[in-house]
Amino acid sequence: MTAAIETSGLSVRVGAKALIDDVSLSIASGETVALVGPNGAGKSTLLRALSGEIAPSGGAIKLRGNDPRAYRPQVLALHRAVLSQHVNVAFPFSVGEVVRMGAGETRGPAVETMAESALAEVDMGHMRHRIIGTLSGGEQQRVHLARVLVQLGCGETKFGPGVLLLDEPTASLDLCHQLDLLTIIKRCTERGTTVITIMHDLNLATLFARRIVALHNGRIARDGTPESTITDDMLAEVFRIAGAVNQAPAGLPFVLPHAATKRSR
Amino acid sequence: MPGVNSTGTAGFLQASTWARSRRGGLVIVGSLLALLVLVAIIAAAIGAAGIPVSRLPAALGLVHGSDAATLERDQLVLWSVRLPRIAVAVSIGALLAAGGTIMQGLFRNPLADPALVGVSSGGALGAASVIVFGDRILAGSGIALPFQLLPVAAFVGALITTYLLHRLSTRENRTSIAVFLLGGIAIGALASAGIGLLVFVADDRQLRDVTFWLLGSLGGATWEKAAILAPFLIAMIAAIPFLAHGLDLLVLGEAEAFHMGVEVERLKRWSIVLVSAMTGAAVAFAGVIGFVGIIVPHLLRLVIGPGHRRLLPASACLGAILLLGADTFARTIAAPAEVPIGILTALVGAPFFLVILLRQRSVIGL
Repeated sequence: MTAAIETSGLSVRVGAKALIDDVSLSIASGETVALVGPNGAGKSTLLRALSGEIAPSGGAIKLRGNDPRAYRPQVLALHRAVLSQHVNVAFPFSVGEVVRMGAGETRGPAVETMAESALAEVDMGHMRHRIIGTLSGGEQQRVHLARVLVQLGCGETKFGPGVLLLDEPTASLDLCHQLDLLTIIKRCTERGTTVITIMHDLNLATLFARRIVALHNGRIARDGTPESTITDDMLAEVFRIAGAVNQAPAGLPFVLPHAATKRSR
Repeated sequence: MPGVNSTGTAGFLQASTWARSRRGGLVIVGSLLALLVLVAIIAAAIGAAGIPVSRLPAALGLVHGSDAATLERDQLVLWSVRLPRIAVAVSIGALLAAGGTIMQGLFRNPLADPALVGVSSGGALGAASVIVFGDRILAGSGIALPFQLLPVAAFVGALITTYLLHRLSTRENRTSIAVFLLGGIAIGALASAGIGLLVFVADDRQLRDVTFWLLGSLGGATWEKAAILAPFLIAMIAAIPFLAHGLDLLVLGEAEAFHMGVEVERLKRWSIVLVSAMTGAAVAFAGVIGFVGIIVPHLLRLVIGPGHRRLLPASACLGAILLLGADTFARTIAAPAEVPIGILTALVGAPFFLVILLRQRSVIGL
């Protein structure tokens, strides 16, 4: 299987500070990866570099074989979609209009069908005429998920299943909708979409992804299955938390921290 | 209820599907155009030398008139005074309103208006510099200052201001509304100080020119001025299909627009150039006229929604109607004197602006 995304020796620097330092990753097509790490570890920066939003200071990124910044934005949008943590819609667009934005300038019955099914998938079909600014944060996030699903759908018809980058998609959702969102994204992966998502909640990450990449100070600290990455050892090193990993009934590790470590830097 | 535009609170939360449909948008833009024609007929008919509507067709040359003397007088008034003034008012109103709409989309802020954030002042500084310095340079040569230079100078002034404003308020793809508005006030103050300095160094004749021009009036409208405004109007109309989609997606943020396939830098660059050109052209011939660029798009967004493909043409139409109406009012209310039109738009616009500010306080995070 070819790699959907590949980075080699990737680094992003702002001034003298390295936000991302020598990161080499290979993510196969259809794989689901959760990026974890403490605040300031470089997760968002890595995601922005992968999306083509910022240029790397060193190393290379290949998104389906090409540098993401070498694609024209219109074409890049058909290869990868991004769901940001918080999107603020400045003007009174309706839910339906925002979801259709995912299709770019394309209009027509195919887009309408796609938008309707995306709205149904995020359980927001009854809200399609509402002004998006009048919805709750969680509802807005679901609308944006539907928009991203439409964008992925458009890309899929042209180039096959694409890449979905998510920055903490569950942040503003309640527990029920967190699980709903993960289920929807899992459905995408079943169709062959590659998913890379930043996750703060380690338990949701282990539940959701079969591969976890832990970042620490801009470098990869761990990369592997939940069982091999979510360990006391990793928590102490990356998150500075002591003795918190337990075993869930299903055999997955779960984290229940008692207290932060007293270890100094 | 899907498809039903209910009233009351639900009406506020719910978007009107008809007005936002392609057909609804066409009907609304069409109605605005019809209204514009109606206002233009009224503007042509009333004034110091009135031409009754019944005599208009003859004066326009559409039918044969009966009385030759009356016809000649009507034609003189209509063709050399009224019609050029209507053309200039319509162009400037359309440019101001559409310019405000583009600027609001660009800065993702319903309160952005070229006059409010100093862009018009920057343009005015450019034009005033040309009036004073151009006059000095040409003083001995006996050549009159070509008035075609004014819009060019105003465009350059507006462009520098808009660019500065953009650089000041945008950092890492995020535009700070507070820095944008306050920075705009500072830049506007700086430009006003520059104009003050020019007034200070100007001689009597230059002073008279600058002062009259700054007051802002459509009184000196001629066909030549209308002809210079026309290319700006055409450029604006031609740009709508290229800008509309990008401006729509920009509403979600610069990063999100890029994620969805917009060439953000190019869109921003062209929007800045276009807004500056439109503002510069309007300022060069009518002085600083505020609030048209805020009122018009805001009202229209409530009715037809914020989609720029419909909003931009509708704004241009309503802006033209508003300014033509205001100008007709300004020249008839205290006839034969003319109330400066800038005063009139500010009288109506400033309270309106406050209402938007209070209503949207939570939305824009101030």
